[in-house]
Amino acid sequence: MSEWVEACAVGDIAEEDVMRFDHAGRTFAVYHSPDGKYYATDGLCTHEKVHLADGLVMDNIIECPKHNGRFDYRTGAAKGAPACVNLKVYPVKIEAGMVYIDIAA
Amino acid sequence: MSFETASAPFPRNYSLEGPLNERAKQIGLANADWYKSDIPRPRMKELMQRSDGPATRDTLIWIGALILTGGLGAWFWGTWWCVPFFIVYGVLYGSGGDSRWHECGHGTAFRTQWKNDAVYQIACFMTVRNPTIWRWSHSRHHTDTIIVGRDPEIILMRPPELAKAVLNIFGILMVPQAWWAMLRYASGRLTDGEKDFIPEPERPRVFFVARVWTAIYLAVLAACVYLGSILPAMLIGLPSMYGAWHMLMTGLTQHIGLAEDVLDHRLNCRTMYINPFSRFVYWNMNYHIEHHMFPMVPYHRLPELHQEILPDCPPPYHGFWACYKEIIPTLWRQRKDPEHFVRRQLPATARPTPPLPIAVKG
Repeated sequence: MSEWVEACAVGDIAEEDVMRFDHAGRTFAVYHSPDGKYYATDGLCTHEKVHLADGLVMDNIIECPKHNGRFDYRTGAAKGAPACVNLKVYPVKIEAGMVYIDIAA
Repeated sequence: MSFETASAPFPRNYSLEGPLNERAKQIGLANADWYKSDIPRPRMKELMQRSDGPATRDTLIWIGALILTGGLGAWFWGTWWCVPFFIVYGVLYGSGGDSRWHECGHGTAFRTQWKNDAVYQIACFMTVRNPTIWRWSHSRHHTDTIIVGRDPEIILMRPPELAKAVLNIFGILMVPQAWWAMLRYASGRLTDGEKDFIPEPERPRVFFVARVWTAIYLAVLAACVYLGSILPAMLIGLPSMYGAWHMLMTGLTQHIGLAEDVLDHRLNCRTMYINPFSRFVYWNMNYHIEHHMFPMVPYHRLPELHQEILPDCPPPYHGFWACYKEIIPTLWRQRKDPEHFVRRQLPATARPTPPLPIAVKG
């Protein structure tokens, strides 16, 4: 069952950037890709629980700000040590200028 | 009920296999939230941006200088004229390799990842640091910087063994130990401490690279025997030792004599201003507080980051001597008084350091 929650407005995240979104004790990272699409993943790096929203978005990669752990934020795939475990991704939809993520996915 | 401070009691067991590893986890010093200076996100994003330009330029200069000085050293081999060329070659190899290993390991030097990986592999070989071991070891160093029992890269423990530091000016202990470790990895063995920070799936890479390196060193050794000369080893292998002094001179300034078991890099790292040649060899790691606080900022943007956080940091040291006139007496005193360390003073403009975790016993 879906549980869509409003994360932010579409203008809140610059292109090729990421924003932290906390909800009900959980933390997420919401991305705005260079091709204008939005994505969402768990907010913490699977390596050592660092907030990915402080990291760097390059093309379709989010890089952890602490240890260079890299993930494809579209699929959650870990792209090299020290990130070895994939990141959980969440469906995203845009409605009336707002970004929603399905946190039950 | 009693209280225990965050700082580990003496005598300190620095081993990752010792009891202070567990203590650090229990007390909240392991994998903790570290202090960060406030930098607006747009500016931070700007500083973290990657580009291939500066590192490509610096790498071409570095490799060109290695070929030139190594070539001239070999050309003049057997005469005193070879000495200055091998001095420079050694520094570029044994010390320049250290900073290239470091920065490319962070993946920040180049925007293009394969370039980081390629220079990383070459520099790891030059410094006899297994690429996989040191990637994981350095990750831990950044997670738990100078946390006793957690950080595998604490160079001088308290009380310090000064003779070791002196011998390592020319890598006399460090490099043979690294070669010995290479042989151990080549035979498929890791210590328990290494197993603590290297995940199982990564371990075959450790062994594979160690075997390739062993083959290279055997080839160099064979070339020396065949030619009846140590010249091949002067070009490959020995520069890790005779060129290590610059790495040691810069590396010891990073954390030595400063606080252990704190969660604020302003208190356990030094930033210093140094000459342009050393900055080139060291790839700007003289901005060490900045590097630890924001490790994803490339080396060529660290001077800008330094300006951003300067009002929030202790004053930088002006030159090597400014560091060593603090480090040497501190180490000397720590031989007898291991509890002594340098307490960095934050300026009035700085935000205070957050309180350390306090454990409640009983």
